[in-house]
Amino acid sequence: MSDETYPAKLRYHPEHDWARVDGDEATFGITWYAQDALGEVVFYDPPAVGDTVTAGSSYGELESVKAVSDIIAPASGEVIAVNDKVSDAPELVNSDPYGDGWLITVRLSDPSELDALMDEPGYRGYIAGLSA
Amino acid sequence: MSLRRVPRVSDLRRTALYDAHAAAGAKIVDFAGWEMPVEYLGVRAEHLAVRERCGLFDVSHMGQIEVMGQGARDFLQATLTNDVTRIGPGQAQYTLLPDDDGGVIDDLLAYALLDRFLLVVNASNIGACWDRISGMAPAGIEVINRSPDVGMLALQGPAWTGALTPVASPEPFSLQYMEATEAHVAGVPCLVARTGYTGEPGVEIMCDAADAPAVWDALMGTPDRPDATGLGARDTLRLEMGYPLYGNELSRERTPIPAGLKWACDLKHGGFPGAERMQREAAEGTPEKLVGIVLTEKGIPRGGCPVLVDGQPVGVVTSGTLSPSLGVGAGLAYVSSEHAERGTRLEVDVRGKPKAAEVVTLPMVDSSPRKEHHS
Repeated sequence: MSDETYPAKLRYHPEHDWARVDGDEATFGITWYAQDALGEVVFYDPPAVGDTVTAGSSYGELESVKAVSDIIAPASGEVIAVNDKVSDAPELVNSDPYGDGWLITVRLSDPSELDALMDEPGYRGYIAGLSA
Repeated sequence: MSLRRVPRVSDLRRTALYDAHAAAGAKIVDFAGWEMPVEYLGVRAEHLAVRERCGLFDVSHMGQIEVMGQGARDFLQATLTNDVTRIGPGQAQYTLLPDDDGGVIDDLLAYALLDRFLLVVNASNIGACWDRISGMAPAGIEVINRSPDVGMLALQGPAWTGALTPVASPEPFSLQYMEATEAHVAGVPCLVARTGYTGEPGVEIMCDAADAPAVWDALMGTPDRPDATGLGARDTLRLEMGYPLYGNELSRERTPIPAGLKWACDLKHGGFPGAERMQREAAEGTPEKLVGIVLTEKGIPRGGCPVLVDGQPVGVVTSGTLSPSLGVGAGLAYVSSEHAERGTRLEVDVRGKPKAAEVVTLPMVDSSPRKEHHS
């Protein structure tokens, strides 16, 4: 397991997904809060390279021993890379949610969607409200 | 990621061990109206700790109903499916509480004690069991719900004696599987029974709820201390053994027979509700049977997933998980009896994706609660 962190350079979706933007591409993953709620991840069902993902919709699944969770895309685009390391070792999502536990990279179709995402202080305030 | 919201904590009940769980870093979930520890460090590690060494579960949410009075044995013989005349004081028996049609109200352990019977029932069914049993009880039979007063721990795994030896008096190690005795654990009067629902040898310990933290702390303070293990591991452990879970494999919709529980139904003597239907089902066979399945490709079957043969539905998964012992997706499923043979190739429809699977023998792992202890 990892320590609770929310990197300042990421953008956050209310379904507990993050986006790391690099030009017209973005890498997605789930937040520390999400992996903690899910528990030990044991299975990752990723999309295929070339698939289209839509902001706010599910693009894959993560499973713990007990539960299945949809992974929600923070923004729309075409999948250009899938993290096969997570398919082989799903626990990377727990141990390194913002690093080796990344899930997919997309070419953004509408970068203006990123404006709807939260910054780090905004997301921290949001999850504080969830547990209140 | 979508996360389900949990009910407001204030509506839920806590066992006497809640603070111990919180201190141990447990993830707490709503289970049958209780705030229970689902895992501490992780379901897989806890599961393997029980298979290989020893784990300690808080099962204080479970229910205890006492039945006493002249004729209590005859009353239970006419109320429960198993032959209660086969157990004497200090012995326990797995049995089921059927409704008038033979559907299952609950599965439970019946303990014969010196002057009474003790029924240990599922937390979610305490009310239903109480209603049924007290409703059927004739004059002179007393039925008492002890559930709120009883704390219950399960010490499970091949190294269970190591944790119990330093704190139990007398050492209850001469107990055979499904036997119970009174003993002191950490000075607390307890009922210690060679029972459990993990498939590993071990004991379940009942005491006054207020004393449960003292028993927990004493076991956790021994040199061979068990791992704290949560309900998540309890579920994966029982699933690998093929033990049914009420609400998944057992319900009022079916008798115990298609679940493979004929051995827990005294069909020879009958005389309990639904016995004739069960006798008929046992003689003629049932259209479907409960089987173990494992996926032969990556994926995890889940309760509710359809089971297919040649693309046609032949059954449904009732419980599923990633088996920590086998490292593959595994589950229990009701399937048409013609597809219930070991080795039968099936597919499980996992949210629209067909996954190759096969029927396996139960238990799925080489474990037995009857295994002798080390000392």
